[in-house]
Amino acid sequence: MNRITIVAGHAGAGKTNVAISLALIYAGSDVGCTLIDFDTVNPYFRAADSADKLRAAGIRVIVPEFANTNVDIPTLPADIASVFVTGEGFAAGEGSAVGDFAVFDVGGDDGAAALGVYRADIERAGYEMLYVVNMYRPLTSNPYSAAALMRRIESYSRLKFTGIVNNSNLGSETNAETVAKSVPFVRELSEMTGLPVVFTAVMDERFAPPEAKSVLIMENHTKALF
Amino acid sequence: MAKVLMKGNEAIAEAAIEAGCKYYFGYPITPQTEISEYMAKRMPDEGGLCLQAESEIAAINMLLGASASGTRAMTSSSSPGISLKSEGVSYLVGCDLPAVIVNVQRGGPGLGGIQPSQADYYQATKAYGHGDMHLPVLAPSTVQEMATLTCEAFDIADIYRTPVIILADGAVGQMMEPVNIAECRSREVPPKTWAACGHGGRRRHNIINSLLMDPEELERTVLARFERYREIEKNELAFAEYMVDDADIIVVAFGIAARICRTAVDAVRAKGIKAGLLRPITLWPFPSSRILFHSETAKAFLSVELSMGQMVTDVKLACECRRPVEFFGRTGGVIPEPGDVAAKLTAMAKELGCETR
Repeated sequence: MNRITIVAGHAGAGKTNVAISLALIYAGSDVGCTLIDFDTVNPYFRAADSADKLRAAGIRVIVPEFANTNVDIPTLPADIASVFVTGEGFAAGEGSAVGDFAVFDVGGDDGAAALGVYRADIERAGYEMLYVVNMYRPLTSNPYSAAALMRRIESYSRLKFTGIVNNSNLGSETNAETVAKSVPFVRELSEMTGLPVVFTAVMDERFAPPEAKSVLIMENHTKALF
Repeated sequence: MAKVLMKGNEAIAEAAIEAGCKYYFGYPITPQTEISEYMAKRMPDEGGLCLQAESEIAAINMLLGASASGTRAMTSSSSPGISLKSEGVSYLVGCDLPAVIVNVQRGGPGLGGIQPSQADYYQATKAYGHGDMHLPVLAPSTVQEMATLTCEAFDIADIYRTPVIILADGAVGQMMEPVNIAECRSREVPPKTWAACGHGGRRRHNIINSLLMDPEELERTVLARFERYREIEKNELAFAEYMVDDADIIVVAFGIAARICRTAVDAVRAKGIKAGLLRPITLWPFPSSRILFHSETAKAFLSVELSMGQMVTDVKLACECRRPVEFFGRTGGVIPEPGDVAAKLTAMAKELGCETR
């Protein structure tokens, strides 16, 4: 049984980038890490694009079996079950060991429905489920719409969020000021939902808001189109 | 609305709502499905309708019906689905109905692939439907333009009573950039006295029809439509230029290709090669007069496209064989790198004997 972290949120909130960044951090620890590309929604930007880089970093990557091929259909690879195996079922390098980290990168908002398949296993293993939110995304631009979407994902997945990740950014126009503006937004979202802000994610340490208790400095893992 | 971070597809949907679009008829296909998803979430709040039709053909004919009633309406698809709509597009033209049709292009022919392409240029600009017809074609190159040109498209459609095509591609559709919907402008449009929207017995009923069995009458109708096309050519031509004034080689590129080319132009300028970029924003009308004007000073043109070369024929026609016109492109969903374009420009500069540093 792995230690499960589920990364979910609105489409385009930056879930894949956060999930990959977390997996890379876990990979630096002395236990193993598996990253599961759970994106059954959008074939354009997803963790599968970074599979080679992640494997090189020692991360076990589970992607839809036929990702980016002619038969790229929204199926869930059977391998996912391996992170719920109890006991020493795998030899080193072949699968996950008990106590390893497993990060689920859940695509789209509606895509969280597929998580429901593993609900019982996930609950048995115990999990952390992070709500990645960007206040500059128009459908989560205020705490009310952001909370409503959070509840919708919970009802699709039949799982409960345990924390919030503030990934508020304006793409290439992100600066310290745009991130600072998101601090009251996530504070209010946190108060409304009773969930802690686990960390603020930024791509440049200069953008980190001084109030933030915990900050994750991420690299940009989005596939460059040109 | 302040600046937000949006996907190109979402920007089209939000801008359409901003422009007063009340009916959206869609059918899912990568890479444009976010338009449907966004419309499904937003339209109910706006008192509008987002309907997933049973097919692309159904969607385009629903669009015809909605437009005939005088409301603003839109449909969107990607290349294979766009082909399915072509009969309906010709009927919209034949009925003189305004409409906005979005094509977020993917590689073809056939089902092709799902990665970005510009290989529907000929289809959009030359023959998206049967019969004597033109369609204004707008080619956004940024997420901001996905929004502003969508608003433009609704106005152009209403002013000239014609369907308007937004010819985007999978890259601009899928990429996320900051966008300000408030930058969308709206123009004054004529009242829709022709609409079949109920007359309460107070006027003669309006007939929306594309069947004209009398050849003389059909000819008169087509001629009147072509008068409006002349007006569109006169009033609606749009293009953007970058470093063209002293350029020896002018790159002509639209949409996502223009962004790659701008980087390439900067790269070769740093080496002393005088390159510039002409980016058509309207593909019909095409900036032919502008290309002819530049052929006085430029030594050559290079058309760069995500296809086997389609717009290149329009560039050749525009400069009337005065200057060599070359082509560079990748197809099937492969996106050319700025370095590839820079290498092509460097080779051309050498061949032309252009001075470099």
